[in-house]
Amino acid sequence: MIIDKIKKRSTIGEEPASSSHADIPVGKWVKCNKCGEIIYKDKLHENNSVCPLCNYHFRLSARRRVWQITDEDSFKPFEELQNIKTVNPLNMPEYIDKLTSLQEKTGMTEAVYCGIGKIKGEEAVICVMNANFFMGSMGSVVGERITYSIEKAIELKLPLIIFSASGGARMQEGIISLMQMAKTSSAVAKANEAGILYISILTDPTYGGVTASFATLGDVILAEPGAMIGFAGTRVIEQTINQKLPNGFQTAEFLLEHGFIDKIVERKDMKDTLYKLIKFNK
Amino acid sequence: MSGNLTAWEKVEIARSPNRPTALEYVDYIFDEFMELHGDRTSTDDKSMVCGLARIGEQNYTIVAEQKGRNTKENIERNFGMPNPESYKKGIRFMKQAEKFGRPIITFIDTKGAYPGITAEERGQGEAIARSMFEMSKLKTPIIVIVIGEGSSGGALAIGVGDKILMLENSVYSVLSPEGFASILWKDGSRKEEAAEKMKLTAEDLYGFKVIDEIIKEPIRWSRKNCFRKCWRKFKTKNYRNY
Repeated sequence: MIIDKIKKRSTIGEEPASSSHADIPVGKWVKCNKCGEIIYKDKLHENNSVCPLCNYHFRLSARRRVWQITDEDSFKPFEELQNIKTVNPLNMPEYIDKLTSLQEKTGMTEAVYCGIGKIKGEEAVICVMNANFFMGSMGSVVGERITYSIEKAIELKLPLIIFSASGGARMQEGIISLMQMAKTSSAVAKANEAGILYISILTDPTYGGVTASFATLGDVILAEPGAMIGFAGTRVIEQTINQKLPNGFQTAEFLLEHGFIDKIVERKDMKDTLYKLIKFNK
Repeated sequence: MSGNLTAWEKVEIARSPNRPTALEYVDYIFDEFMELHGDRTSTDDKSMVCGLARIGEQNYTIVAEQKGRNTKENIERNFGMPNPESYKKGIRFMKQAEKFGRPIITFIDTKGAYPGITAEERGQGEAIARSMFEMSKLKTPIIVIVIGEGSSGGALAIGVGDKILMLENSVYSVLSPEGFASILWKDGSRKEEAAEKMKLTAEDLYGFKVIDEIIKEPIRWSRKNCFRKCWRKFKTKNYRNY
C-alpha cells in the first residue's frame, strides 16, 4: 500500500488514479529529478511542468504537450492513423503483450500523437512523441504516422512541427524499425522540395534512430533546456572508448555549441517561438 | 563628419570600437529579430550572426559579421574574424532564405577571415570560395551593406549581392593598409600612405562602380546620431522600395 503511494508520487503527466481514502492526498507531490525539491503537482502543472526552483523541464506526455502549445480545442488528431497496427515482424508475443498493456495504461495507441492544430491562429501539422510509451521508440507504426503527417503537411501546404522524444528505433521490430529512418528521412526530403517549413523540437530524451533521421533534418531545430540528445547512449560510448564523458556531454547546450541546434527555447516561450517562426517563414 | 577626412582617418573611424556593430544596426532597423545558430556540422561560430528579421510584413534573412565592443566580447566573437564554419553557417541560412523566398541582407564588418592554423586545416580558402559560389547561385535578392571594415576575402565571402551599399565612413579593400604596406614596401608602418594609395573609401569604390550606393553618415558623428540616420535611411529607402 505504502509502496503504491510512493510509486504514484513519482508519476507525472497523467492524472493519478483516484484514491478510496479521500482525506489522504495521493500522488499530489512530485520530486524534482534535478534539485530534489518536493513540488505540489498542481503548482508544477501551472508552471508548464517546469521546476520553479531549478528550471528542470519534466518530461511531458504527448497530450499535455499538445495542450500546452495549441490553441484551445484546435487540435484534431488524424483519426485514420489510430487503427494502424504493427504486424509484429519478429513474432514476439511478449512484444504485443507489452504494447497492449501500455495502451491500456497510457490511453495512447502508439508512441507518437499526430494531428492538425492551431498555434495562435496559425494552422500546422503537429506530431508529438511520447517518451512514456515504449520510451518513444520508433517502430513501423511510429514511422508510418510520422511519414503520413509529413505527407499531409505537403498536401495541405502547412508548416510541420515535430516534437521528438525517443530512445531510438524499436528493437522489437528489428530491421523494419531501422527502415523507418530511411522512410521518414525521404519524406522530409520531399517536404523540403515542396517548400514546407519543418520545425523540429528535440526534447528529453532524443536518441538513436530518431536523432539519426527526421529529428535533425528540420529547417529550424529547437531544443528544450537540459534535454539529452545524441546518437549513441552515454553508457555505450563510455564502454566503447573506455573513458569518462565530460560534464554536460550530449545536452541541448552542448549541441548548440557544436552547431546542431538553432536555438534553445524554454517551455514557457515555446508556443510564442513557434508562432514567430511560422510568421517569419510566411 | 566633414568630407575632408584622409583615407587613413576613415580607416580609423571604420575600426573605431565606438562604431555600431552589426547587431546594433539589426536591432534598430528591424521590427523583430530572432537569432538562430549553428552550421550543422561542428560548431556555432559567433563571429557570424545569422537570423530572421522582419519589417512590417516583409521577412528577411540576416547574415552579419559581428565584432565585439570590448575585449571580452571580442574574444567571444573572435575579433570579428570568421572561421570556415562561419561561412558554412552563413550559407546554410542563405539557402534557407532561398527556400522560403526571403531577401537576404548581409552586413560586412571584419578585419578579414581568421588567419590561423586550425582555420587553414579546415579549409578557410575553400569556405570563402564556396560562400561566393553559393551566393551567386541564389535566386533570392541579396543586399550587402559594408558597415565598418571590409577587408579581403573575409568580407567578400558574404559580399556577393544584387545591391552593394557602403556607409560613408566604412572602408573596403583587398587587405588592411598595414598588410598592403608590408607586402609592397616591406614596411607596415607606412599604413597611412598605403591607405591613400589603395583607394579604399566608399567614394573611391563608388568611382570604380564596385558599389551601388553610399549611405551618408551624420556630420557630427556620434553613436546615437549614426543609428538614427542609418535607421531612417535603411527603412525608408533601401528596404521598403526594394
